Amino acid sequence: MSVWDFSIIPDYFTSFLPYAWMTVQVTVFGILVGLGFGFVFGLMRVSKWAALNYPAKFYIWIIRGTPLLLQLLLLYLGFTNIILLDKLPAAALALGIHNGAYIAEILRGAIQGVDRGQREAGISLGMTQAKVMRRIIIPQAFKRAVPPLSNQFIIALKDSSLASAISVPELLLHARQLGSSTFHYMEMLLIAAIYYLIMTTILTFFANRIEKRLRVSEARTV
Amino acid sequence: MIEVKHLNKWYGKHKVIDDINLTVEQGEVVVVIGASGSGKSTLLRCINFLEKPRSGTISIDGREVSAKTKKLHLVRREVGMVFQHFNLFPHMTVMGNVIEGLTQVKGMSRDEATAIGTKMLEKVDMLEKADVYPSMISGGQKQRVAIARALAMNPKIMLFDEPTSALDPELVGDVLLVMKKLAKDGMTMIVVTHEMGFAREVADRIIYMDEGRIVEEGTPEDIYNNPQNERTKEFLSRIL
Repeated sequence: MSVWDFSIIPDYFTSFLPYAWMTVQVTVFGILVGLGFGFVFGLMRVSKWAALNYPAKFYIWIIRGTPLLLQLLLLYLGFTNIILLDKLPAAALALGIHNGAYIAEILRGAIQGVDRGQREAGISLGMTQAKVMRRIIIPQAFKRAVPPLSNQFIIALKDSSLASAISVPELLLHARQLGSSTFHYMEMLLIAAIYYLIMTTILTFFANRIEKRLRVSEARTV
Repeated sequence: MIEVKHLNKWYGKHKVIDDINLTVEQGEVVVVIGASGSGKSTLLRCINFLEKPRSGTISIDGREVSAKTKKLHLVRREVGMVFQHFNLFPHMTVMGNVIEGLTQVKGMSRDEATAIGTKMLEKVDMLEKADVYPSMISGGQKQRVAIARALAMNPKIMLFDEPTSALDPELVGDVLLVMKKLAKDGMTMIVVTHEMGFAREVADRIIYMDEGRIVEEGTPEDIYNNPQNERTKEFLSRIL
């Protein structure tokens, strides 16, 4: 049991900074890896060839059907006889592989959401399927994907806290360690919460700006 | 110019195109009429292989093509298509839309393509809107841009799939005017439309389709004044 003492919050606040930086690193690498995986598997998902479609379906099925924490532990502890990953790369990679599945689904939805008349118009001009994809479909799909993608990035940021389970020195781990050494869990967890809120708010702000800018150049289809 | 032979198309168990044979001469304007569901749009889309016919061939300038032909995209370059819902590319300007095929398919430089694009937009009286995005112009203007986009590729034949059906009535006239001009300039055209006035004035030949078959064809005078088939009579009495 401890007595709440919120006056200590300012004293400890700045000590979280390097750990917040670690959270940012895990998140950014996770998102970048996730975008790579998501793009490749998203395109495979919209392919009409089973040899591409089914592996992507399988990947998404596995990832969406199991907890991220388990995937993280699997990568860090389970594969040790094949590869030994350091904590940070393991966390970033797990977050990336995990987000890749969701991003693949977001991109698939965005691509399939583009009016099919667009494809027909491109094809009628004599474009190949690949060119229609690159010039007509993907640019439009990307705009559609921005709102769900930014949502996914915010989820990724928060999910990076799971890296504390393999003792990556990020925000949540620091809060818990300080909590146990000072017995002020409430205060330390609150500080971590404030950091998360600041970061998600910044992310949301930029996402909104990008959305708004995309809306200026083009509005409705048809 | 264009010759359709024994074309068949099924949707599941439903036969939508039933052994259609059709020849269109250079410079000829053929208008296809018929109730909705009669297969007229599908016929047009099959000629461009947007729909793969089950069987049959299409010859363009003596070159025979079927759904099994490799590199269908090379064939489609010869055929211009105008859609009911315009299908302009919303992420490109009006000029961007018109030159997209020239730069991306024909491999022209931007300058060359823009020179052609300017001519095409002039033709449809849309040059002043060259730099705006499609969302900023009316339906009739969009359709004129879509026509310019198809024309830019210098197609041997133009297909129009109900080009005015999605337009407000007051915007139909401008689009029809552009099409009449095209016809007068000698463009080979197949037009699916409900605009009977246009058909009467511009068509060299009218085709009446019903249940996937060509039931009757002839000059506008033949069809309007002296329809032979009961179905045609019935359809015309409803629409005129």
